Amino acid sequence: MAELIDFIIISGILVAVGIYGLVVKRNAIRMLISIEIIANAANLSLVAFSRNLPNAQGQVFALFSIAIAAAEVAVGLGLIIVAYRLYKEIDVAEFRSMRG
Amino acid sequence: MADPVFIGVAVLTVGAAIVALETRELIYGAIALAVSMLGIAGFFLLLDAPFVAMFQIAVYVGAVAVLIIFAVMLVRTQALFTTKEDKKRKGAGIALMLIIMISLGALLLASGLNGQFGNFNDSEAIDFREIGQQMLTYYSPTLIIMALTLAGSVIAALALARREDITTTSDGGEEQQHGRTD
Repeated sequence: MAELIDFIIISGILVAVGIYGLVVKRNAIRMLISIEIIANAANLSLVAFSRNLPNAQGQVFALFSIAIAAAEVAVGLGLIIVAYRLYKEIDVAEFRSMRG
Repeated sequence: MADPVFIGVAVLTVGAAIVALETRELIYGAIALAVSMLGIAGFFLLLDAPFVAMFQIAVYVGAVAVLIIFAVMLVRTQALFTTKEDKKRKGAGIALMLIIMISLGALLLASGLNGQFGNFNDSEAIDFREIGQQMLTYYSPTLIIMALTLAGSVIAALALARREDITTTSDGGEEQQHGRTD
């Protein structure tokens, strides 16, 4: 039987993979994918702690988090489509006029 | 020690996450992301949370992954292949990933969490009725605000993606102006 620490370590590995994607990748859609991976790692640790305690609130928070992540993806993809229409490019280094 | 099912799901999830970031074609990356989300749903099933697992499959695999695939289809294919990442940056990213993994893992193994085993088998699984009850009583304001946030963000996404260079003419047809786009 898997223990709590196993799930938390998998969650940490997923966070590290997501941070790697955010640091290295310059494609906007791939950065959005990295953010999704990090959000899922957070959900996994919420549900793991909820099972360990045991307490239903962790699962309730995980459900809220999943719904908010869906909204975030909708807005993020809308922004990417607008940026693509303006610059004909989804490479974040090419979005020159956004530089402060 | 962990059982084979757990190890299989863990390899599937982490492997699909790495494939989602590293595959050359973005559409395969979106599909790999869906596989990784399915792996997370498998973890939720292992944690006796079938309700959250079904929600995860419905929202992430059913909506988010498909939305990303549609966005990939809307973007010109040539823009998807320009991977102009330099080797130095990639090496630094991999080093950062390994540092985070090792330090976080060492920290977790040294912490008090490591001793907390056996609790999964002893305690009862959480009934999904309790989740529904909490959502509709104590967390009902949160639920309402979340619903409004979802509606607002979807409307915002639609408003963002609306094309401003298309105007409707008086006879009902659509006419495209020669604007800054296209």
